[in-house]
Amino acid sequence: MNAPVGALDPHADQRLGIIDCDVHPYPKPGALNQYLPERWRNHVFHYGKFNCGIYADRGTYPRFSPNTSRRDAWPPGGGAPGSDVAFIREQLLAPYNIAYGVLEPLLGGNTSRNQDEAAALCTAMNDWQAHDFVDPEPRLRASILVPQDDPAAAVKEIDKRAGDWRFAQIQLGSKTSEPLGRRRYWPIFAAAQANGLSIGLHIGGTQSSTPSAGGWPQFYVEDHHVLVHSMQNQAASLILEGVFEAFPRLKVCLIEGGFAWAPSWAWRLDAHWAKMRDEVPQVKRPPSEYMRTNLWFATQPVEEPEQPEDLRRVFEWIGWDRMVYSSDYPHWDFDDPHLAFRFQMSEQEKRLLFHDNALKVYTFR
Amino acid sequence: MPALPEGAIDCDIHPGVPEIKQLLRYMEPFWQESFVARGLDGFDMMSYPPNAPITCRPDWRRKGQRPGSSLTDLQKDALDTFGIGLAICNPLTGGQIAVSETMGAAICSAVNDWIVEHWLNQDARLRASIVVPAQAPHLAVEEIERRAADKRFVQILMPAACEMMLGRSYYWPIYEAAVKHDLPVGLHAGSMYRYAPTSTGWPSHYVQDYVANSNIFEDQLLSLVSNGIFVKYPNLRVVLIESGVSWLPGFLWRAIKTWRGVRAEVPWVKQSPAETIRENVRLTVQPIDAPPDPNTIERLMEMIDSDRMLLFASDYPHWQFEGDKVLPDGLSPALRQRIRVDNPLETYPRLKETVQ
Amino acid sequence: MNASVNVLDRPAGAAQTSGIIDCDVHPFPRPGAIEQYLPERWRRHVAEYGKFTYGIYAGIGAYPRFQPYLSRRDSFPPNGGAPGSDVAFIREQLLDRYNVAYGVLEPLLGGNASRNVDEAAALCAAMNDWQAYEFTDPEPRLRASILVPQDDPDAAVKEIDKRAGDWRFCQVQLGSKTTEPIGRRRYWPIYAAAQANGLSIGLHVGGTFSAAPSAGGWPQFYIEEHHGLVHSMQNQCASMIFEGVFEAFPNLKIVLIEGGFAWAPTLGWRLDAHWAKMRDEVPQVKRPPSEYMRTNLWWATQPVEEPEHPEDLRQVFDWIGWDRMVYSSDYPHWDFDDPHQAFHFQMTETEKRQVFRENALSVYTFR
Repeated sequence: MNAPVGALDPHADQRLGIIDCDVHPYPKPGALNQYLPERWRNHVFHYGKFNCGIYADRGTYPRFSPNTSRRDAWPPGGGAPGSDVAFIREQLLAPYNIAYGVLEPLLGGNTSRNQDEAAALCTAMNDWQAHDFVDPEPRLRASILVPQDDPAAAVKEIDKRAGDWRFAQIQLGSKTSEPLGRRRYWPIFAAAQANGLSIGLHIGGTQSSTPSAGGWPQFYVEDHHVLVHSMQNQAASLILEGVFEAFPRLKVCLIEGGFAWAPSWAWRLDAHWAKMRDEVPQVKRPPSEYMRTNLWFATQPVEEPEQPEDLRRVFEWIGWDRMVYSSDYPHWDFDDPHLAFRFQMSEQEKRLLFHDNALKVYTFR
Repeated sequence: MPALPEGAIDCDIHPGVPEIKQLLRYMEPFWQESFVARGLDGFDMMSYPPNAPITCRPDWRRKGQRPGSSLTDLQKDALDTFGIGLAICNPLTGGQIAVSETMGAAICSAVNDWIVEHWLNQDARLRASIVVPAQAPHLAVEEIERRAADKRFVQILMPAACEMMLGRSYYWPIYEAAVKHDLPVGLHAGSMYRYAPTSTGWPSHYVQDYVANSNIFEDQLLSLVSNGIFVKYPNLRVVLIESGVSWLPGFLWRAIKTWRGVRAEVPWVKQSPAETIRENVRLTVQPIDAPPDPNTIERLMEMIDSDRMLLFASDYPHWQFEGDKVLPDGLSPALRQRIRVDNPLETYPRLKETVQ
Repeated sequence: MNASVNVLDRPAGAAQTSGIIDCDVHPFPRPGAIEQYLPERWRRHVAEYGKFTYGIYAGIGAYPRFQPYLSRRDSFPPNGGAPGSDVAFIREQLLDRYNVAYGVLEPLLGGNASRNVDEAAALCAAMNDWQAYEFTDPEPRLRASILVPQDDPDAAVKEIDKRAGDWRFCQVQLGSKTTEPIGRRRYWPIYAAAQANGLSIGLHVGGTFSAAPSAGGWPQFYIEEHHGLVHSMQNQCASMIFEGVFEAFPNLKIVLIEGGFAWAPTLGWRLDAHWAKMRDEVPQVKRPPSEYMRTNLWWATQPVEEPEHPEDLRQVFDWIGWDRMVYSSDYPHWDFDDPHQAFHFQMTETEKRQVFRENALSVYTFR
């Protein structure tokens, strides 16, 4: 379906604009309920979103700032950070000349232990993104949220949205009931590849086991790092379970998990695969090679090496073609595209990072 | 004081722990009867399946023998071949992971007796870690107190993943005993498997479990630092054994960055985590997960930015390198000297007290 | 089919038109027996990486047992081998002695519990071959269970379809501990295949230990963990009922084996009470939970409960329903239930016929 006539011409200024791979929309009070059938409205009211958590209505690890957001991101007209399209334009899209911003809702819809509830919430959240954000502001593009533990329902939702220009990718959470490379998730990868859609693997998701093999950390400082580990674990799982052999055209973007870990992780996987490759005959090439063909890394929160030039080295080790800029607006650790990278980039490098690489991954129509 | 033996100090070797049958003689009658009457044996850790490639380098495997179980093989294959003057034995035993506190303690204690008789008493170059049941800190402390007088015990050994994060107050008694006796606490790759081995659940393959070990070390460092363990016990040394090393710089950068942003939650952490870790934490160098390219190794060492942290280790008989290439190329001679001798001596104060 | 005299009194060797049915017999392989049925690729894999279960040890379960092989000390075959590995001795100690018409084999060998689902599939196929060739063929009174890689439903369905027409198999086996509660949608293809093939499912204690035995963490002792298995049965019952498995598959038959049964009446009342208030959360449940327990679930009796007042056992049977109870011995395990001695209250002939034979005939597929 083509973009509706009368909308902002999405192609204006595109050649110079930045692509931001991580923008967090938030609902106005009652916004999601509008898109939920009554049966589910009642269910959510009584039983909540029913995640794998210790609290009825919030995550296990208390955050560090209200709504995890920058303190200046609260819209002057009221509402939570990320809930007001006009203010997103003002604070993000306009000043930074954003050509496309990829919406990554983190609302726990896809993580309910009740698979039918998850499916209902995902559909509602997909409708909400499309109607409340993309329609009025076509520079914002939605992610297809899916009930990840119910692959059949997930595939249905993917097939339903795949032809809709308002959606740019599929979203999965980095924490899943099982490592994502496990066979049960393969129908999702098949649907993604068949529809030519990339997968944005964003931190968060179902914490059905402990954050660490060593148990439950106590502090946000610790929990925050576990999200990095979830990315590493998923990367290892996707590679070593043979997902990229089964789905060679699958593109996965790892979002908000950082990236300085990627080179040493690649070396580690290669070293131990070399000795134990007979355990995983489905892996036909060294693991690091799949990282160079099927994985991308969103840059926020940008790493801050003690020697800033080391960041350039990390980019080189990973590959300049693998890196895509993200801001994480409106969160507290937002990365300003002009300030975040503390080393000099050439114009060519900037183009790759802020624009060209993302075009190869996402589906912007 | 007599001079130390010539050669490197190997901070991680694994004598093969025998079957329960051979350990019975060190146990109390209740345990002897229990193991026999119940027909119990085979406590190899899931962390190191006996026949998995990493558990023993192929040319070090002997048919019909448990990996690392022969002293003569260790002497020939490792000590002599790698030019080792002293080596620290880190036995890996199911006692460290048992669900029962007391059974775990019984096996650990037997293993410590066994290592004295069959290894420390047989070769003056050998030292050992005290294997403790971390399931029960009070029993761990009993074991530490039992061994502390024998200066050939130079470290306390625990698996990297236990039942709670290691910064928890539950484990304070172990750190107190460690500091009291000037013993570092060694965390070795491996797990009690009370929880899924990764933050994303249970992978299908052992190789995935193994590589996820590096995450455990990172989690534990954050736990120890965030809980102020090094504030409470400033002289505590923690050694990360068989961690992979190359994860360290990226981890430190992020640890610094996050702490800057959210340090108000942990106000007792008054200095950057990187500073604390560089002061109090050491890592054995086997394996260093990195390509065998001297330039990369050099950059990695620069990023780690400390010549005091790394400890020489062969990890015998685990399969981490080919031939005698224990250390990668790309290390300066000064750094090699620190890794091979100076850092181990600083980390393990007891090593300087040579036993006749 | 009626037996005209006390079923327990038929002489040994009588035809299978009489004789009792034992719903839980544990075969054990001679050394190397299973490997014979594995393709080379998997033989090598298992040799190197083991069975790769969700465990703390490489080769044994997390909770050390109390007897060697969990077995009666008199069940070690005189010709050597482990308890349950010698067909002739099984005949002597069990089948002939107690006039067993059919004994249902329940291998507990961890094949279906591997984290590597391809390995699990290979092991299950090998163990199914092994049961059929080495136990059922030489001794048709022993009938095999179809072991399946429960966490790979496609492979599980394949294995079920492959064996369903084979007279040597009488049910599908699942473990009471699964990586998710067993009513969850991912397992439904297994139920569909079972129902379509007219095969019951034996849910035996054990399986994948992917989480702590208790919601409160890890017990230390076998005495605690043993009861944890009972809880796994209760959890699985609740799961199947509340997820709507028995609405989706009304002809599905599940036998709960070795989890005890004294808890069943109270579980039924508890589920009913709380469903009544919160049934809007689970609209797929169309009837009170306890009703599904009376239509789709059976309980194997071993290890028989031993109330302080023996007559209370009769009360429990009444509450559950006499048509729900199927005798099992658990041979050769240490807590074996002798059919003559296990039940410490008087049963009528009709009641004995139900428990020792007729109920099982209405569940299992004996051909």
